[in-house]
Amino acid sequence: MTDHTLPPHDAPADAARRDFLYLTTGAVAAVGAGITGWSFIDSMNPAADTLALSTTEVNISGIEPGQAILVQWRGKPVFVRRRTTKEIEEAKAVDVATLRDPQADAVRVKEGKEEWLVLVGICTHLGCVPLGTKSAEPKGDFGGWFCPCHGSHYDTAGRIRKGPAPRNLEVPAYSFVSDTVIKIG
Amino acid sequence: MKIKILLSLCVAAVIGFSGPVHAAGEHIELPKQQWSFDGMTGTFDRGAMQRGFQVYKQVCSACHGLNRLSYRNLAALGYNEAEIKAIAAEATITDGPNDEGEMFERPGRPSDAFKKPFANDNAARYANNGALPPDLSLIVRSRAGGPDYVYALMTGYGDAPADVKMNEGMHYNKYFPGHQIAMAAPLVAGAVTYGDGTDASVEQMAKDVATFLAWASEPVMEIRKQTGIKVMIFLLVFSVLMYATKRKVWKDLH
Amino acid sequence: MAHGPRTPFANPVVEWIDSRLPVFTFMQKEYGVFPTPKNFNYFWNFGALAMVMLMTMIATGVVLAMHYTANAGMAFNSVERIMRDVNYGWLLRYMHMNGASMFFVAVYIHIFRGLYYGSYKQPRELLWILGIVIFLLMMATAFMGYTLPWSQMSGWGATVITSLFSAVPLVGDSLVAWLWGGFSVDNPTLNRFFALHYLLPFVICAVVFLHVWALHVVGSNNPLGIDVKGPQDTLPFNPYYTVKDTFGLSVFLIVYAFLVFYAPTLLTHQDHFIPFNPMVTPPHIVPEWYFLPFYAILRAVTFDITIPFTHIILVEAKLGGVLAMFGAIVLLAVLPWLDTHPVRSARFRPWFRIALIGLVVALCVLGYVGAKPAEQPWVMVGQAAALYYFAFFLVIVPWLSKKEPVAKLPNSIHEAVLAEKGK
Repeated sequence: MTDHTLPPHDAPADAARRDFLYLTTGAVAAVGAGITGWSFIDSMNPAADTLALSTTEVNISGIEPGQAILVQWRGKPVFVRRRTTKEIEEAKAVDVATLRDPQADAVRVKEGKEEWLVLVGICTHLGCVPLGTKSAEPKGDFGGWFCPCHGSHYDTAGRIRKGPAPRNLEVPAYSFVSDTVIKIG
Repeated sequence: MKIKILLSLCVAAVIGFSGPVHAAGEHIELPKQQWSFDGMTGTFDRGAMQRGFQVYKQVCSACHGLNRLSYRNLAALGYNEAEIKAIAAEATITDGPNDEGEMFERPGRPSDAFKKPFANDNAARYANNGALPPDLSLIVRSRAGGPDYVYALMTGYGDAPADVKMNEGMHYNKYFPGHQIAMAAPLVAGAVTYGDGTDASVEQMAKDVATFLAWASEPVMEIRKQTGIKVMIFLLVFSVLMYATKRKVWKDLH
Repeated sequence: MAHGPRTPFANPVVEWIDSRLPVFTFMQKEYGVFPTPKNFNYFWNFGALAMVMLMTMIATGVVLAMHYTANAGMAFNSVERIMRDVNYGWLLRYMHMNGASMFFVAVYIHIFRGLYYGSYKQPRELLWILGIVIFLLMMATAFMGYTLPWSQMSGWGATVITSLFSAVPLVGDSLVAWLWGGFSVDNPTLNRFFALHYLLPFVICAVVFLHVWALHVVGSNNPLGIDVKGPQDTLPFNPYYTVKDTFGLSVFLIVYAFLVFYAPTLLTHQDHFIPFNPMVTPPHIVPEWYFLPFYAILRAVTFDITIPFTHIILVEAKLGGVLAMFGAIVLLAVLPWLDTHPVRSARFRPWFRIALIGLVVALCVLGYVGAKPAEQPWVMVGQAAALYYFAFFLVIVPWLSKKEPVAKLPNSIHEAVLAEKGK
């Protein structure tokens, strides 16, 4: 749009050198702006103190079979459920091939600790917290959890069985520090 | 020409304003020390930092907090994760309330802030004859002279000159404003035993603890200076290119 | 704004938008082909540089506000968290801290440019006054921003400056309590300062828009101070001044980057790193460097103004200082009516030039005195410099308007540029 202000009698070689200079300068400016912009964007990522709080230890000694507790980990709800033998058997009896998100019960619990089920309590549909942790709450058609927002039903292994949610409830990284303490994260 | 003179006047004025602003009263000249973190490429000497941390832990931490640091920050001193966990676990942290509503004690974790020596300022005053030992997290930044001040204060104790009347419970320090400080000389030769075999003279400990506290005041100093070099080089290259572009665009007019 | 005939754009998307909302035509007209005097020197960069600094301050400020907590108990800690834990938080904060200084550097040079080349004179009086409004808003914004880290300097700076309003007769004390939202500078003060510190930059943007609009109505002044006579006197803004401004910016950024990366606390005070303690005043309170000349004028009034030969006090020293400080800025705003000399540029006004250099020296002296404790000989030096400041506006400039000879000016910018090249 400004070509008319430049003289028309530039030799081609001169014009090429000129264009190269303009392109280089423009590219260097763009790189600088991009890197500066990244520092602004990255500042909104989790800060060092937030990352440092990314593990939580939970004492599970007081949980009776059939009971569950709700704990907070990284600001999110986590369900810790001590399953009854019946619930474990129900979870194992399901034909994995029929599931929307096929996963055997064994991969969702720690070996030798099958009675403990640890789940991130966030419905994989749109992020509500499913009901079923407290004894008085509805546990859905499959004896696990029921999400009140859009009616997703989870079974006793936290797998999606009915309703709109696409995936099973997430199992967070956790380990047994001792028989009565688990470390999440 | 006139404009250039004016411009340099303005620059001189700005530089003049930014010079040290002295408080009313006597001005104390602090001896200037050589620091590993001086200059545009200076970094914190890791050995001095670790020794300084040892001095802090074994001497200063009895009265002075460092509450803007967490144990996890010690990674910058060169400690690995296991060492940091062990250092953190030496502290007993009050946490809670637990399910019964009681506060409880547990070993420290890397994410915990450094344990405070006193529960609150009043407790600190009560235990120190009315004087409040300041938190040391920003001590280097918040004192004129920075690390030189810390070094001078640590090494500036001595007997008061005959004409100075000392107040009850105060100690003479030639570098402390007013010369009367509530803190007794904290460092005596051999107060700590350095793991690396360095001789723990008062000067050595003062230098190490000042290095450690300089880091505590601004842990990002190294990354700041390293980023700065890249940014300056970038801007110089960009300025040269912009100058060439400007010349090229304006050439047709000249 | 841009009505009237429109040249269609070749790009169909641009044309679709422009035929409905002619933003591209507007940009083309105001920043593309806008006729700009061809003899600008580098002093004319500083308006654009101030604009870039305003944008930088808003960009860094918005991101910092995402991490900052405006609460008396948490503000200092949240700032230290930004410095230590937030990714690039230290960079953003140092950019914001030192950006304020660089913004004032750019604006002070911009104001000096206006004074030296007579840019305030007819027909640019309103343009000049809008500039002074921007300057006042900047000072308010900078002052409130300085309060936010809730350090010793923040709290005591806020106490001292808000206490100025207690000098207002009759309602002074109620006014100060209203400003504070309490009986001292405390949490309510911090909260409102934060709200206003976030708001005012956008008000500044609006006034900058008016400032630039007014500029584009009458066109730019130039180093000769003579009017543009025709197309041979001007160049299209783009590419000539876009590249010149960007080159100036790259040099300006080197200075800025040096401050940010190698001297981030050079222009601030140690007490800014001690949490606010309402029980202990630091021994020496100093404002940021860009306020020092005005602070010195405030302190220069150390005497009550009485009716001559009586002891009846007309204006107490405290109120006198406040009036002097605000008066200093009001005088700047009414300068177009104090200076009625027909020649704009100081290039052709040797007498005015000397007086103006004297003003710059007086401001530098005032700045130096403002950083000193209120003791002799600094009080006297400050009073002398303040006296010159007021004399410049009230005596020297009106006198020069009548007495300074009117020099012969070049016929046109074009001729002057050719003559210079011929040399």
